[in-house]
Amino acid sequence: MAYTIQVNGQGRTVDVDGEMPLLWVLRDELDLKGTKFGCGAALCGACTVHVDGEPVRACVTPISAVTGKVTTIEAVGATSVGKKVQAAWIAHDVPQCGYCQAGQIMSASALLAATPKPTDADIDEAMSGNLCRCGTYTRIRAAIKQAAGLPVADSRET
Amino acid sequence: MGIHPLKDAFETSRRAFLRTGAATGGGLLLGFSLAGKGAARAAAPAALNTYVRIAPDGWVTIVAKNPEIGQGIKTMLPMLIAEELDADWEKVRIEQALADAALYGRQFAGGSMATPLHWDELRRVGSAGRQMLLTAAAQSWSCPVGECDTTPGVVRHAASGRTLAYGALAQRCATIAPPELATVPLKDPGTYRIIGKSMPNVDGEAIATGRQQFGIDVKVPGMTHAVFVKCPVFGGKVVSANLDEVKAQKGVRDAFVVKGGDALDGLLDGVAILADSWWVANKARDVLKVEWAEGETARQSSAGYAEAAAKLFEGEPQAVLRKDGDAAGAFAKAAKVVEAEYAYPFLAHANMEPQNCTARVEGGKVEVWAPTQNPEEGRGLIVKHLGVKPEDVTIHMVRCGGGFGRRLNNDWMVESAAIAKQAGRPVKLVWTRQDDIQHDFYRPAGFHKLKAAVDGEGRLTALSDHFVTFGQGEGFSRSAAMSPVEWPARAIPNIDYGVSKIPLGVPTGPLRAPGSNALAFVFQCFIDEVAHAAGKDPVAFRLEVMGAPRVLASPAPTPPGGRPPVGYDMGRQAGVLKLAAEKAGWGRKLPRGTGLGCAFYFSHLGYFATVIQATAARDGAFKVDKVWVVGDVGSTIINPINAANQVEGSVIDGLAHAKGQITIENGRTVESNFDDFPLTRMNEAPPIEVHFLKTDNPPTGLGEPALPPVMPALCNALFAATGKRIRKLPIDTADLAWS
Ligand code: FES
Ligand code: FES
Repeated sequence: MAYTIQVNGQGRTVDVDGEMPLLWVLRDELDLKGTKFGCGAALCGACTVHVDGEPVRACVTPISAVTGKVTTIEAVGATSVGKKVQAAWIAHDVPQCGYCQAGQIMSASALLAATPKPTDADIDEAMSGNLCRCGTYTRIRAAIKQAAGLPVADSRET
Repeated sequence: MGIHPLKDAFETSRRAFLRTGAATGGGLLLGFSLAGKGAARAAAPAALNTYVRIAPDGWVTIVAKNPEIGQGIKTMLPMLIAEELDADWEKVRIEQALADAALYGRQFAGGSMATPLHWDELRRVGSAGRQMLLTAAAQSWSCPVGECDTTPGVVRHAASGRTLAYGALAQRCATIAPPELATVPLKDPGTYRIIGKSMPNVDGEAIATGRQQFGIDVKVPGMTHAVFVKCPVFGGKVVSANLDEVKAQKGVRDAFVVKGGDALDGLLDGVAILADSWWVANKARDVLKVEWAEGETARQSSAGYAEAAAKLFEGEPQAVLRKDGDAAGAFAKAAKVVEAEYAYPFLAHANMEPQNCTARVEGGKVEVWAPTQNPEEGRGLIVKHLGVKPEDVTIHMVRCGGGFGRRLNNDWMVESAAIAKQAGRPVKLVWTRQDDIQHDFYRPAGFHKLKAAVDGEGRLTALSDHFVTFGQGEGFSRSAAMSPVEWPARAIPNIDYGVSKIPLGVPTGPLRAPGSNALAFVFQCFIDEVAHAAGKDPVAFRLEVMGAPRVLASPAPTPPGGRPPVGYDMGRQAGVLKLAAEKAGWGRKLPRGTGLGCAFYFSHLGYFATVIQATAARDGAFKVDKVWVVGDVGSTIINPINAANQVEGSVIDGLAHAKGQITIENGRTVESNFDDFPLTRMNEAPPIEVHFLKTDNPPTGLGEPALPPVMPALCNALFAATGKRIRKLPIDTADLAWS
């Protein structure tokens, strides 16, 4: 059946099975490929998008359940937080393979929108659902702090 | 090498190419291009190699020859060329090469070999280009070349103050004979402007904004989406499948059996399901029923391998791996004998981007868009299974969402090509995470029975290992062998290494730092046990066993075409261990439950030492507080920001070995996703301090050598914290409980 959702500020209509996860609607129906498939089971965070500003795992969110405004990596830079996060990611040269980073940036942007000055514990809490197989966590932490205007040094150092 | 007329194909890009060759037959050549219609035209025949083009506006395009898997090679190799070309890095564009061994030589991401293989060559390519630009400028000024010099992107004549931008000289370069690569001058490293400077990932911005294309994002006209269902038992065959029922599912375009062969690293039997959306194709698996002929492997299991190893440990090794001196005599005379058994499991690669490939097969030609580490192996599989000629296969190397050795195998590539051929239309094959974890080429499990002799002065006098691994007859399962020079061989006089093998129906293959990633755990933990038994400090004991700074001779003469022999420099190894201990404040007092552990390892030409501080609660739950790493990869860290990233990543990757395992039951993999095959997460990621010790040696690679010492450093730290020895991975925290 046909579903109309708001994606990156535009109404988009797709004619798909209501069970189809938002991830595959974005990737295969709307050709928005920045959002990635990693596990299909809410275990890795590669598919993270915002729905009404909240981080959501698109791989387990059926299209029929999407009522809010969807923002993806392609448009998160239009928000001031998203833009800062992307700039910090580039400045810290965070990515290795880069595959997880769209999801990381979406989680980080949602964190900073809700908690502008996160502690290390806040970062752990918000980011531990996003796997990075390449192991860029120290840089992700530093980039989040930079985007938040916090001192970048790792306060957990012994 | 002459100048050749441009082929029509290049006209479409509205660029005329001037290429000129510096060597033939797989050697290196430069190319300079000129945009615009009226430009002079020239092109190389297909067998020529090309790395550099310079446009009239001064933009320099440099070809990145190797696959990018996250190791940063797409940025680093062009830096070598740009440095000696004296290009302005701000005006360099990087272009990913096609897979074409005739043009570029071998293109692969493996063995941390890109730096040692290209350090010299690609700097010479850049230098040859600079020489030609200098000659071109001298010609137009009618002055001797020796009076000309360059600043980034510009040739200048100091005496007259005249300058010419590279863009203005490129056309003239086409008429200049290229210099011999072997004789071009190379810069004094003290004058480097690019090498040794942190150059962020050239794709960083595209990645951060979601524009970067990975394999999984490829789209070609007329493409359908596919899943491929193989037998859960490795190598099992399709007997029958309810294809009609699958085809009747809404949105499914087609479903068919693909017949494969017997080789586990080739095309295997399976059922392909095709639909207009990947999710629809994958959902149709819910109704798919396949009768499989599972074959003999269905009788194998991890528990069975462990039993077999225990049995083998009761007897003598089946074969001698190394015998030096008189180990038996040393054991007889020892003041103390230390004995221990170690074991580690199979591991999956679990690249963040599941395996995928897009293929088009038309008119006997095959075109694939492949996130591969090793395109030529994939070409071979396609040639074999589709019956085409190598030159009829075009491979686009797409950025890989992680490699770690998994994408050295191209099973998914030949699958996509076979499905596309049978479907008669282009296909994008994407594996699920379950497919990915359950059809990997695993890091082989292994079992070691070790024994060490310590004399009255606490010196290590002999070491023996009975290594039980996998293989049949003379051969070992892939990545399951051990080098006969495994340290402390060659450092101490009495060594007894033997090996026994268990037949294996499970595919294995290289995982980041293959062999080393497991052997470092075994040998660096065992040496720690011996240090304690000898009553010595673990760092001091290791240094004592290393002995005087000297190079332990390379094991054997190189077979024709093999890698050059590699000695093992005890001085370099001691250097990194001492510095890591110093940086970590080795020897400082820590509360019970917290400990420091160290380990070192030499692999892929890189010398590394790691110190870890870890804290274990009384129930054994532990946390890594901090990691210090010191590496010696030669005189130059080519791209420091990426070098540190690789080392940090190796630590995070290595720490995951504490908890991950692949279990085989009834010939199939039990684990299926990140819940039962866990990776390190943000809340477990420790602060990591990375240092490089620069020594007067040629630069070597960084993708792998920082990984092996991580797990032993952790286990040794946990011993220091709790007094409990970890001899089996993954770590069972119950074993660490203390009171
Ligand atoms: S793909 Fe959605 S969490 Fe992994
Ligand atoms: S950068 Fe490769 S998975 Fe995160």
